[in-house]
Amino acid sequence: MTTQTFHKDTWELFKSLELSKQLTTGETLAKLGHEHPEIVALCADLGYPTRLADFGEKFPDRFFDFGLAEKNMVTAAAGLASTGKKAYVSTYASFLGVLCAEQIRTAVAYPNLNVRLIGTHTGIAMGFYGTSHHATEDIAITRSMANMTVISPADGVALSEMIEESVKTYEGPIYFRVSRGRETPIYENNSSNIQNKIGKANVVREGSDITIIACGIEVKQALEAAELLERENISTRVIDMHTIKPIDQEIIFNSAKNTGAILTVEEHNVQGGLGSAVAEVLMESGNFCKFKRHGIYDEYSIIGKPYYLYHHYKLDGEGIADEAKTLLNQS
Amino acid sequence: MSRLETIRLISYAKSGHYGSSFSCSEIFATLYYYQLNYDSKNPKWAERDRFVMGKGHSAVGVYPILADVGFFPKEELDTYTSLGSPFGDHPDMNKIKGIDFSSGSIGHGLSVGVGMSLGARVDGLKYRTYILMGDGELQEGQVWEAAMSAGNFKLGNLVAIVDNNKVTVDGVTKELMNVNPIKEKWESFGWNVVEVDGHDVEALIDTFDNLPNVDSKTPTVIICDTVAGKGVSFMEHGFEWHVANLGEDDIKRAIAEIEGGK
Repeated sequence: MTTQTFHKDTWELFKSLELSKQLTTGETLAKLGHEHPEIVALCADLGYPTRLADFGEKFPDRFFDFGLAEKNMVTAAAGLASTGKKAYVSTYASFLGVLCAEQIRTAVAYPNLNVRLIGTHTGIAMGFYGTSHHATEDIAITRSMANMTVISPADGVALSEMIEESVKTYEGPIYFRVSRGRETPIYENNSSNIQNKIGKANVVREGSDITIIACGIEVKQALEAAELLERENISTRVIDMHTIKPIDQEIIFNSAKNTGAILTVEEHNVQGGLGSAVAEVLMESGNFCKFKRHGIYDEYSIIGKPYYLYHHYKLDGEGIADEAKTLLNQS
Repeated sequence: MSRLETIRLISYAKSGHYGSSFSCSEIFATLYYYQLNYDSKNPKWAERDRFVMGKGHSAVGVYPILADVGFFPKEELDTYTSLGSPFGDHPDMNKIKGIDFSSGSIGHGLSVGVGMSLGARVDGLKYRTYILMGDGELQEGQVWEAAMSAGNFKLGNLVAIVDNNKVTVDGVTKELMNVNPIKEKWESFGWNVVEVDGHDVEALIDTFDNLPNVDSKTPTVIICDTVAGKGVSFMEHGFEWHVANLGEDDIKRAIAEIEGGK
């Protein structure tokens, strides 16, 4: 019997161990490390909370802890990549996609180097640790950088599959945006099929009345919303738009045409995030439909325990279902 | 040659970094004609020494040397700063052969060098990484993050070169934001510190000849005492010439002085 270490809904801790099961970057890189000597990993005194240390334990000579010096770490990763390495950098998203924006732009994206940035604990997942630790701008920041791929995987399996693809075949800089690692997974562990491919969105539930396009941990919440809406005879299609850039345009056109309403959901400012990316595609396509961006509405998020915070911002299943009904009821 | 070409190229652009390029002309020349291990016919050779300009605005002083040693034909320099040219005020590694890293954001260079030095170690290669920084660049906090990490990672294959020309855009470094004492700062970060006259080629050669072994555990910084605008009397020491444009008469005077000084 496994000991449960935290409450699955509230994320409140029972004991401070084995917390971050969905943070699979380190273990995936460790698995690939022998076959791929070009993998190196860099952290900034958060090797354990990001679980990048799983790689470091197996490959200590290719794992570098930079201490609390994120700008130096990101730029050094670029230097390493220029010598032929694939450099994986992980720290909290507020200290990566936000704090190091200029270093990412100038030293990573502009020279188009194989640096992979994994911003963890993103959105409002840090809860009561404070608004400084929330990252609700990182999609907008990284999405505006040329050469950059931006990915927000739904769970640990999705992260692992796309990290593996980034090692084996994908070229160029990538910003991965992941949560705290305590979320309920949606993809099948140890599947023989690849369930997530960079640049290709997943239809995780079919429906005909409305489409919810979500990314990251909001995919699971969107599925819960779809269950609630089903009880009211609203048929909901749910799309996991894990790759925000380059975005899967076909599935957006198709959803506009076939369901006539799109609600985007993200734990990010509605300015510049997933919702903006989908809106851009829709407006330029001429495939118009009912449309709403749901997320953090251009404000600095308040603090609270994560469960209550997601509820407050209507980013749980119940809140998303409400938003969907409001959109459908608009004339 | 570097100085004369700098004047010629900046005359195309009508604006450029004279003073901060002239202060490191001898440093560039000693690196490319004596010290660095590279193959201009194979610019991406994995075992080459790396050279990164933290002060990327001195690139105009390096481009003519890269052409001279064979990375690309000299005629290509004539496109300097024109629309779509690979040659801008700051260097682009993906557009110019011989440039090891793109730069332009002051303070990144030493961090890039830390990464390159770690890369050499991971691959078991013996090359060195050289980073040129200005004294004004030392005002950037990231330089000291990088300096701390180089000492911590024991990067004996990393060589920082400080072009201590004592001026920045707005004025004299010491008055504007004092970076002194430079030597003691590097020593306290665990570096091997060497001081040298940055315009004395023989002294520079002697310094490079006496670098600690690549396998040593201590990074080295060479603090070069230099003069901004060196070689042209009316430019020397003046921060006004950090970014500027010479008029036609001044160009003639400058060229005469540089040629006279050879």
